[in-house]
Amino acid sequence: MPEAAHAQPAWVLLAYLIAGVCFILALRGLSGPESSRRGNMTGMLGMAIAVVTTLVTHVPYVGTLESARANETYLPDFVTIGEILLAIAIGGGIGLVTARKIQMTAMPQLVAAFHSLVGMAAVLVGAAAYLNPEAFGIAVRITPIASPSFASILPVSRIEMGLGVAIGAITFSGSVIAFLKLNGNMSGKPILLPLRHVINLGTLAAILGLIAYFTQDQSPWVFATVTALSFAIGFLLIIPIGGADMPVVISMLNSYSGWAAAAMGFTLHNSAMIITGALVGSSGAILSYIMCRAMNRSFLSVISGGFGGDAVAGGGAAAAIDRPYKRGSAEDAAFLMSQAEQVIIVPGYGMAVSQAQHALREMADLLKKEGVRVKYAIHPVAGRMPGHMNVLLAEANVPYDEVFELEDINSEFAQTDVAFVIGANDVTNPAAKTDKSSPIYGMPVLDVEKARTVLFVKRSMGGVGYAGVDNELFYRDNTMMLLADAKKMVEEIVKSLG
Amino acid sequence: MDFISILSIFVLACFVGYYVVWSVTPALHTPLMSVTNAISSVIVVGALIASAAAGHASSKWLGLVAVALASVNIFGGFAVTQRMLSMYKKRERKDA
Repeated sequence: MPEAAHAQPAWVLLAYLIAGVCFILALRGLSGPESSRRGNMTGMLGMAIAVVTTLVTHVPYVGTLESARANETYLPDFVTIGEILLAIAIGGGIGLVTARKIQMTAMPQLVAAFHSLVGMAAVLVGAAAYLNPEAFGIAVRITPIASPSFASILPVSRIEMGLGVAIGAITFSGSVIAFLKLNGNMSGKPILLPLRHVINLGTLAAILGLIAYFTQDQSPWVFATVTALSFAIGFLLIIPIGGADMPVVISMLNSYSGWAAAAMGFTLHNSAMIITGALVGSSGAILSYIMCRAMNRSFLSVISGGFGGDAVAGGGAAAAIDRPYKRGSAEDAAFLMSQAEQVIIVPGYGMAVSQAQHALREMADLLKKEGVRVKYAIHPVAGRMPGHMNVLLAEANVPYDEVFELEDINSEFAQTDVAFVIGANDVTNPAAKTDKSSPIYGMPVLDVEKARTVLFVKRSMGGVGYAGVDNELFYRDNTMMLLADAKKMVEEIVKSLG
Repeated sequence: MDFISILSIFVLACFVGYYVVWSVTPALHTPLMSVTNAISSVIVVGALIASAAAGHASSKWLGLVAVALASVNIFGGFAVTQRMLSMYKKRERKDA
């Protein structure tokens, strides 16, 4: 089949379309935990259809290989099905082992790492398409007088390819930085370069300008510069963003990985890739929006960076250490909670860090035995990625119908005896409602201070939340501070309850 | 397929994505991210085409590396999603 790369038979188009529909159904399944598992299976089916279809239509059979060898003087380096299966086996093996071994608390890092791979794959595919455009059916062969013929890439394909490679490269380097920050290899503190906005906007303009120029001149230097600048801008965009904004960053990178796949889908005229890219792109964009709304911040203010750090020890926080507060012991906490009618547990990133979720479930079980009603309240940005806390609680076998979102449970704090805050801070800060000068003013928070007693588990009084603001809640009359590592404290409470 | 039909698919898929994602329950946002990650590895299609294309050795090797990278995502992404989803359970007894 000479020059058959572009003309795809109808069944192939149909197969890719079915794969795309499977991916839509996979996301649709996530509307509830019951349907989600079937949805995930449908997603796998879609992927299998897409891969098998591509293998059947593109990997050369023995017949075409023979004819190709007979026709060409230069023996091209053909891939064999064995080599492809080997590549899939290596990658798949690494993926499966990682998926099985990874701790649930490390999910944000894992997702960031996975995003970087999609980005890199997009760059590699883009580079391959650039080097061998005829194989992708996106070029016409031009034979100028008195010089050798060459493959001229179609202008629209050049734009698609340029955008795909640029977005892929940004996804890659941005995700690598996000991974390093989430994994603790790099400080969560924002790194602020002087003139960073000028540098970033200039680089973005250069990338877009070069992609436009690429339509006129397909020289390797244009392609290489676009790629290199895009790697750089991904890095520059993420380093100024602080730890607290990671849920937005990770959603944003999720979105980018989708747009990269979509751009490649345009290049390859492949409906499965386009549908998927659009789905993933909008999914990430919506998650970013939800996260921004939950912090009452605009997307622009998040990506321009500089908000929060590991601990911004400003004057306010330093002065705060001297303010009086009530300190309680595990026994006090156990007594208060066992006497309560209803306890609402508010988990945050600190619970993830100290892996306290299993001990917490044990504590809740003992309380339930005493006749206490136990519920969990989750703020949308608790943790380092959307839904982070829900997964950890699910891992600890907490039934999902005991776990509530902010808007569903916030009115209940007023009728609650004990609010048990573990590892959360900024999302409970009443200053967000009252103090107009606070950097978190306007952010929707959990009204824990309305509960009769607030038990606040915290490592020490010194540290402040990721937003770098002191929490008024610590010094209230109805707050009791439980100063210890979250897991140790919960284990001690379990001991006194048992 | 011409550019306009591809663009139509893209625009309609964006709308489908918008409505489908808003219907996802917030409790499942982490699995949503891992499964979108797995399906965005459909870029493996491009990688396979690149590796199978005749006539350019470096294109083949770039393609094969991309196949391996995307495979990490496909297998890892779906497996970790399945692992997470299997943890979401309802309350067993109504004795609370």
